[in-house]
Amino acid sequence: MQFWIIQILNSLAFGGILFLLASGFSLIFGLQRIANLTHGSFFMLGSYIGASLLREHTPGVDLWLAALMAGLLVALLGGLLERLVLRRLPGNPLGQVLVTLGVAFIISDACLVIWGGDPIPVPTPRAVARPVIVGHFAFPTYRLVVVGIAIAVAISLHLLLERTRLGAMIRAGVDDMQIARAVGIRVSVLFTCVFCLGAGIAGAAGVLGGPIFSAYPGLDADMLPLALIVVILGGVGSLAGAFIGSFIIGAIYTFGSTLFPDVAYFILFLPMIVVIAYRPEGLFGRSRA
Amino acid sequence: MTRLLMTLAVAALIALPAYAGEFYINLASQILIAAVVAMSLNLLVGYGGLTSLGHAAFVGFSAYVYAWLTTKLGIGNGVASVSALAATTALACAFGLVALRATGLSFLMITLAFSQILWGLAYRWVSVTNGDNGLSGITRLAPFGTSLDSAAGFYWATLGVSFIAFLAIAAFANSPFGATLRGVRDEPRRMAALGHNVHLIRWITFVYSGFWAAVAGLLYVNYNKYIHPSALSIANSAEALLGVIAGGSGTLGGPIAGAALITILKNYASAYIERWNMLLGFVFLAIVLIVPEGIVPGLQRLVARRGDRKK
Amino acid sequence: MRMTRRNLMQATAATVLTGFSGARAAADSSGPIRVGLLTVKTGPLASGGIDMERALVMYLKERNNELAGRKIDLIVADTAGVPATARTKTQELVERDNVHCLIGPLAAFEALAIDDYIRQTKTPTLSVAAAEDMTQRHPNPWFVRGTSTSAQCAHPMADYCAKDLKFKRMITIADDIAYGQEMCAGFQRVFEGSGGKIIQKLFPPLTAPDYGAYVAELKTDADGIFLGLAGSNGFRFLRQFVEYGLKDKIQPVGGMTALDEAVLRNMGDEALGIVTACWYSAELGNELNKKFASSFRKQFSYDPGFYAAATYVEAAVLEAALKNVGGKIENKDAFMAALRATNVDTVRGPVRFDEFGNVVGNVYIRKVTRKDGRLVNSVIKTYPDVSQFWTYDPKQFLANPVYSRDFPPAKNLEN
Repeated sequence: MQFWIIQILNSLAFGGILFLLASGFSLIFGLQRIANLTHGSFFMLGSYIGASLLREHTPGVDLWLAALMAGLLVALLGGLLERLVLRRLPGNPLGQVLVTLGVAFIISDACLVIWGGDPIPVPTPRAVARPVIVGHFAFPTYRLVVVGIAIAVAISLHLLLERTRLGAMIRAGVDDMQIARAVGIRVSVLFTCVFCLGAGIAGAAGVLGGPIFSAYPGLDADMLPLALIVVILGGVGSLAGAFIGSFIIGAIYTFGSTLFPDVAYFILFLPMIVVIAYRPEGLFGRSRA
Repeated sequence: MTRLLMTLAVAALIALPAYAGEFYINLASQILIAAVVAMSLNLLVGYGGLTSLGHAAFVGFSAYVYAWLTTKLGIGNGVASVSALAATTALACAFGLVALRATGLSFLMITLAFSQILWGLAYRWVSVTNGDNGLSGITRLAPFGTSLDSAAGFYWATLGVSFIAFLAIAAFANSPFGATLRGVRDEPRRMAALGHNVHLIRWITFVYSGFWAAVAGLLYVNYNKYIHPSALSIANSAEALLGVIAGGSGTLGGPIAGAALITILKNYASAYIERWNMLLGFVFLAIVLIVPEGIVPGLQRLVARRGDRKK
Repeated sequence: MRMTRRNLMQATAATVLTGFSGARAAADSSGPIRVGLLTVKTGPLASGGIDMERALVMYLKERNNELAGRKIDLIVADTAGVPATARTKTQELVERDNVHCLIGPLAAFEALAIDDYIRQTKTPTLSVAAAEDMTQRHPNPWFVRGTSTSAQCAHPMADYCAKDLKFKRMITIADDIAYGQEMCAGFQRVFEGSGGKIIQKLFPPLTAPDYGAYVAELKTDADGIFLGLAGSNGFRFLRQFVEYGLKDKIQPVGGMTALDEAVLRNMGDEALGIVTACWYSAELGNELNKKFASSFRKQFSYDPGFYAAATYVEAAVLEAALKNVGGKIENKDAFMAALRATNVDTVRGPVRFDEFGNVVGNVYIRKVTRKDGRLVNSVIKTYPDVSQFWTYDPKQFLANPVYSRDFPPAKNLEN
């Protein structure tokens, strides 16, 4: 019984982190149809920046502030990438793949040079350092906090999209780019904003995920496929899809690794294949006109 | 003039072992193998408009079948090669049926998923693949009794096979079927409205592409005489894809140039430049900014523009 | 098809241009000795690879880049931890740079990828990689390994757990790669041979993003858990293990890379008291190591660990063998024989080799303590003269299949 409770909590926690990671990707891809393969590197860069900021133990700099700062820095980097490079490749998806992967190489090698090859821990905030007791087991409180953060971010993004002008513009752009332009929406500014937002969320997620994953070389390559799986499974352009998809993948990963260890390697891909084979636009996606 | 330059180039390639050291002959072999992989992938990506991130699966699967049949079952190299090609083509048929139900990013993800499944199997199915230890003790093919163990011998055989691959892929791309394929790539709805079976056309391309990837896999395993699950990794698929894009998808020479670029940077420049990974990233960045359609089409454009200016 | 041919021409130009280079002239016995280092400088294994280079360069610099009276030319190659690249780099070192011998590679699958090439080119190789069968059932005559096989340090660790710590029921967890599997197999064999039981064996994939699911699976009534994870994975797993409150319930003990000095420096109090087994510790008290560890720490601000010590030891072996043949490395057979016959004191203690080229030396049981404000691996017990076969008869050992996930078969697993 206890085993099941712990694994359910594990699933939720992992799902929460996945949502933080995937939401940025989903936003960017939903609006701009750019598969931002640099996304894993943004996450990793955020982790490293957060780890560095927290290593100094400067008073007042806690995990949340570090997440905000890392998010802003990565958002800036994302904005530069979008404005200077991706902007010149409209309708050239292959070029986008090439450049986003190229930038991913650059970032990952730069991280190796700056921070070295060893894993760097990101300390858990002291306020939630003590574990929660579940039966005989202690469960790290921070993981539950992450679930809360994921829900908060999901609600904020939902409100952003549904209740603000910016959100309305984004939704208009996702539905029909040409009419949106015709109506006077400044699409190019919108693109940059969304790309920055997506990258920034990834960077902040890197810090927030730090106490769980730590910052280490190869984190980008481990995270990117997960983001892709969640977005494809959940449905492109749908935030609700990314949210539900994250938790589904979290559960499959957790229970799959323990109950079916032989297929641990590709347990995450199987449901995705099944969904795509029967519903190519994902669980919640809309087939694009 | 072009014909003369062409003949000279081909002659230089054939005569390579006469003036180059063994290391460079081996490097050339590796470039050729990477070029065959890239050319086969280009059929899908450039001519078919289907971006795949799982191509290493076919290369690796073919390599593993050859390795397994020869080392574990003791089957002769020739029979093993044919079996590897047949098995991989069958695999491509099966994969194609499922993968082609999707397009765009979803297609990318399915191909990625398939290759990851094979990768995981290679690690876990230890009784067949030896898992992480890989299969060693592989011997090279000896067509008509000639040994290919020397660098030069292997190089010539690879050059021959690559040339055949090039001709076969060029023939496919330039045939009426190739024209139809490009039509399907650009305007799938219209082609369907005109009565073409879009799904079948894509599937045939997928299988043909998988076949030539299998050929590259045979070259690969014969060159290395060792196979390890890492041959099926995402990194290898990504490398092949990047080579195609960087060189110029949708052209015949583009993938060759792209594959050569990446192979040279990875295996040659890395001796001089410690941060070669970063350099590779910057090269891609530069390509995208200067010649976004790829090296070969970009060069053609620049040459044509100079030609215009001269007039 | 003019387009086609022009493309082909442009494309082959690149290939042709690389072809212009003849082979270098072979050096004579008075020229420099060229040593090739196969290491990993990019990618997830980079941390160990960078240490390998640093320690080797330090060794040579201490001797003015001269061993046995001849100058040493070190050529460093980055294999990126990929077997195919390892092979390419080995070819580059042998064919283009004409190296006389190789140090490295780092990873087991890299060594397996270049196995046949080393035999073909008869290149003496002083390996860091732990691939068991290269010194067991398919021994390579050009191979010498001064570090350890995967299980060589796991055997005494199991002995210590059974006899000193008096554990009866243990769990093993390792990365799902040959290195991890071989290590756990060796541990299991000795532990169960001493009356213990392995009640759970876990092998998370090498690229597992999170270990929470695995931590939750652990049987909390075990006495101890053997960690066969390497590098970042070991670090991350241990952190999560402690976070889930298990450190007081199941005592963690580690293999030779679990709490390496390189990883230890980023850890905190959660690592205190953990026992591991390795053929090296930066705290070893012999004169050679005191000098090595302090100058390494002075230069790089951290203690040397497994990978740094590995190349430093291999270099000492190289020097001893060179002195033995009067610097004449060109006579390959004589040099190889000298390598295998080496019996020298190094920073890890005395080193000699068995008939298969694998090291016979000390294995140390270490405990993490805090000293001078930093975490170190203090040595608490020494097992002298440990060979790759432990106390088993070599012939019988070799008659068994190689260590793997399924051998020795785990008969005491509980569900």
